[in-house]
Amino acid sequence: MSNKTLIVIGNGMVGHHFLEQFADSPAAAGFNVLVFGEEKQLAYDRVHLSEYFTGSTHTDLAMGTADWYRAKGIDLHLHEPVTAIDRERRAVTTPKGSYRYDELVLATGSYPFVPPIDGRDNPNCFVYRTLEDLDRIRACAGGARTGVVVGGGLLGLEAANALKSLGLDAHVVEFAPRLMPVQLDDDGGALLRRKIEVLGVQVHTEKATTAIVNVKGSRLRMEFSDESFLETDLIVFSAGIRPQDTLARSCGLDIGERGGIIIDNHCTTSDPHIHAIGECALWNQQVFGLVAPGYTMARTLSAALNDDRDAAFTGADMSTKLKLLGVDVGSIGDAHARTPGARNIRFNDEKAGHYRRMVISEDGRKLLGAILVGDNSHYDTLLQYCLNGIDLPENPESLILPESQGGTPALGPDALPDTAQICSCHNVSKGDVCCAIDAGATDLGAVKAGTKASTGCGGCAALLKNLVDSELEKRGVEVSKDICEHFPYSRQDLFNIVRVNGIRTFRTLIRQHGKGHGCDICKPTVASILATCWNEHILATDHVPLQDTNDTFMANMQKNGTYSIVPRIPGGEITPDKLIVLGEVAKEYDLYTKITGGQRVDLFGATLSELPEIWEKLIAAGFETGHAYGKSLRTVKSCVGSTWCRYGVQDSVGMAIHLENRYKGLRAPHKVKMAVSGCTRECAEAQSKDIGVIATENGWNLYVCGNGGMRPRHADLFATDLSDDELIRTIDRVLMFYVRTADRLQRTSVWMENMKGGLDYLKQVVLDDSLGICAELEQHMADIVGTYQCEWRSAVEDPEKRKRFREFVNAPGQKDPVQQWTTERSQRRPAGETEVA
Amino acid sequence: MKTTTQWNIVCTVDDLVPESGIAVWTDDGPVAIFYLPHRLPALFAISHTDPFSGANVLARGITGDLNGQPVVASPLYKQHFNLVTGQCLEDESVSVNSYRVLLDGNAVRLELTRARSLAKAA
Ligand code: SRM
Ligand SMILES: Cc1cc2nc3c(=O)[nH]c(=O)nc-3n(C[C@H](O)[C@H](O)[C@H](O)COP(=O)(O)OP(=O)(O)OC[C@H]3O[C@@H](n4cnc5c(N)ncnc54)[C@H](O)[C@@H]3O)c2cc1C
Ligand code: SF4
Ligand code: FES
Repeated sequence: MSNKTLIVIGNGMVGHHFLEQFADSPAAAGFNVLVFGEEKQLAYDRVHLSEYFTGSTHTDLAMGTADWYRAKGIDLHLHEPVTAIDRERRAVTTPKGSYRYDELVLATGSYPFVPPIDGRDNPNCFVYRTLEDLDRIRACAGGARTGVVVGGGLLGLEAANALKSLGLDAHVVEFAPRLMPVQLDDDGGALLRRKIEVLGVQVHTEKATTAIVNVKGSRLRMEFSDESFLETDLIVFSAGIRPQDTLARSCGLDIGERGGIIIDNHCTTSDPHIHAIGECALWNQQVFGLVAPGYTMARTLSAALNDDRDAAFTGADMSTKLKLLGVDVGSIGDAHARTPGARNIRFNDEKAGHYRRMVISEDGRKLLGAILVGDNSHYDTLLQYCLNGIDLPENPESLILPESQGGTPALGPDALPDTAQICSCHNVSKGDVCCAIDAGATDLGAVKAGTKASTGCGGCAALLKNLVDSELEKRGVEVSKDICEHFPYSRQDLFNIVRVNGIRTFRTLIRQHGKGHGCDICKPTVASILATCWNEHILATDHVPLQDTNDTFMANMQKNGTYSIVPRIPGGEITPDKLIVLGEVAKEYDLYTKITGGQRVDLFGATLSELPEIWEKLIAAGFETGHAYGKSLRTVKSCVGSTWCRYGVQDSVGMAIHLENRYKGLRAPHKVKMAVSGCTRECAEAQSKDIGVIATENGWNLYVCGNGGMRPRHADLFATDLSDDELIRTIDRVLMFYVRTADRLQRTSVWMENMKGGLDYLKQVVLDDSLGICAELEQHMADIVGTYQCEWRSAVEDPEKRKRFREFVNAPGQKDPVQQWTTERSQRRPAGETEVA
Repeated sequence: MKTTTQWNIVCTVDDLVPESGIAVWTDDGPVAIFYLPHRLPALFAISHTDPFSGANVLARGITGDLNGQPVVASPLYKQHFNLVTGQCLEDESVSVNSYRVLLDGNAVRLELTRARSLAKAA
């Protein structure tokens, strides 16, 4: 039986990772394990802490479950801080009691440094480290307008973004002359600042705060040494972190001059029975404020407790790649060229907002470091050159130049040595990935499950996928891009086959290029391709059985088999007369009525046979189908724009209506959403759409490939100050290129993320016509616009098509007994099981 | 107990939609009839009720074949049902009633068990 006791102090990211490693190791059988955590919650993912403000809960962020701890026999004491360590007796004290240990692990992390400024203890001053901190900030932000972050480093900017997401005017106050002084140089910092200010965060550099005083109720005034001041409602300190070494200090362990518990290569402190890992530990005069080095320490310690003395912590790479407020920032290795003799190569495109700097060795052969702002697409390649000491090419500048100016494409996975680290969170090398594949992993999912690669921060996902694909291909495993068992092709292949061969029906396609009878994967995919290519009615006899449920009946099926109806309301503009018709029709058929998130009206609860009748009435009043059921254009959201709004600089409603009417018939791999805002205040939220348009004094700025939904993505700025005609032409090209090349059910955001060469490449194709296909793309779009028909109008006018809308073909008037109703807030809705009479 | 069956006429050929399904009302509840003209036999019938949602919608699903079996995918949560046996492919413990169905001239006849239809009526 277990006789010895292992105590872990701190249930943070690293403490938890250590337990995951240790619990499954042979040594675990010899120990009772106790864990003490100061926080109320089970260890959670602090790296993604800010997502707590955008909808994630503790459960989403949690790293494990209480059940897991129980299953592993670990005794978990949350909300019970250790207050003292008695090294003589080998015991720790908490407010609830005293516990003996044989081995002790300190994983106490770090705490935010708050500079000694008068007034820093004001109740409206906060730090940004724990869920509780965020609860407090959220509570205070409720009545607030302005928030200031003290500290312009990585965490400070993240906190500023969080304040913005809470609806505050955000300011950043930085002592140094530039943002992110640790990772960036002056040019990089300046560009980052410009980009962030455009996004509405005000930056104040070279400001030393001397005092915080209350003015007018709870409002605060920050006074600076240059006698300027700033008024705000709340302040978040993010001026760096300090290792949490209080316990270690008071029990006499060796501590570094500037804090941190000193550890050796096996993560053991000056007491052989006490170990320290994570941000509280000091190794070789360094603390590591990132999670990956902490994880490496955790693995090293677990190995050491298993008597594996070969495992050693030997430092860690502190390179970082992030998106701060939607701006790419990367910093690799010796970014500041501190190595003697180091030389620099810089590329600075102020127009595009891209800055790249390479630091290379004196002999020009090796990459020592790099800085990237505005575009991280070169990060993975540069990091691999730097970490693996790969020889630079003859003209190293080609690595950071745009391809159009002689740049070379990204370093393929083949060029990497086996030792190359692919995933730093879980320390997975290229060799590990190859081993997993040799051991039988035949796809990305299996490699992930087997190695844990790409299950941490996710930063390595693209690289891992490329590596796995290339290794599988090398082994002759076909990397299946086939959409299903019936077609050995990807969606893009099928698109080309259909278009080049002029194929007009599914039957022809499957007979000539596939096998079997098709299924619910390939049929709707082909239906969408046929619609994009030839734009025939989706309910034509050949096409109707291919359509997804909602397309088949041109309405959205609800959980009880009834349907919702969403007429198009272009740009969200509607006349009172049309509103009245919607109300009258809804009333006549007792339809539940709701304003949607897309600026239109949804009518729920129509039965199959009611659909054509209802549409007849709506069409008579001038409505058209809204394609709420289709993988096609949904809405073009607008703000009121220059017609009414005192800030508007262009007619955003007019443009939104124009766009909606132009693209309303286009069938695509997935749904497409757009928005047009009349000025930079962006009330239409265009930057979260597939196509976003924002008015400027001189025309329109175009953003592409944004997404709301499950995984939101900020759209990328694609072109600026376009005229009306230029705007339409550019959107035509982007959309057509998307429709032709995206995978099945791939939104523009994921399409962009998977595109080799990314945004730059898309710009070359669309703006510079690098493939010479733009004229064809425009012509194709013109064909689709020209052949638009309201599907519902054609359907209600055609008795053959109408026949489909019968619940029971042999019993007209027979009600579906499953559809039971009740009333809530004065409207009809489906009755729950217990409500059914 | 002795059960006799009867072949009821439920609709005509013109009501069928090639490669897809339609629903009919019977004493045995709603039944989905699929017409796959490129197969032999071309007609299939299973219950119209989706066991996962309780909604009467199976006739509105997409038909096809998986590993050679003729199937329909439920339009709500996309599980597949074998059109001959009614077996759900994703969940062994779930299946729906299946029926024999045939074409008699222009009429589509469905085999219903009399015992069951009597029980319903009683
Ligand atoms: C009605 C509506 C909710 C509401 O009451 O406001 C709605 C309802 C549905 N949404 Fe939505 N979405 C609605 C706005 C949105 C928005 C907001 C917006 O468009 O501004 C989003 C986030 C923005 C975005 O798409 O980027 C949104 C993101 C989704 C997603 C996630 C997409 C993603 O890329 O992550 C799905 C699932 C999917 O499409 O795969 C979804 C799917 C659905 C479906 C189709 C689910 C389904 O299959 O039954 C719902 C059908 C409703 C119906 O029967 O009519 N809905 N949905 C909104 C209709 C807007 C309209 O007028 O057309
Ligand atoms: C907003 C934010 C964003 C970040 N982004 C990134 C990023 O993008 N990439 C990256 O690599 N890193 C990032 N980090 C840093 C990363 O979160 C840390 O490196 C990591 O959490 C360190 O783990 P740890 O276990 O050492 O410390 P922690 O996770 O802080 O855990 C320490 C735990 O010990 C507890 N504790 C302390 N003293 C006691 C005591 N006496 N008794 C009991 N319990 C005690 C604390 O309450 C805490 O729960 C970010 C951090 C924050 C706050
Ligand atoms: S958020 Fe979910 S539940 Fe709400 S409408 Fe959209 S899909 Fe339906
Ligand atoms: S680098 Fe973080 S998950 Fe791989």
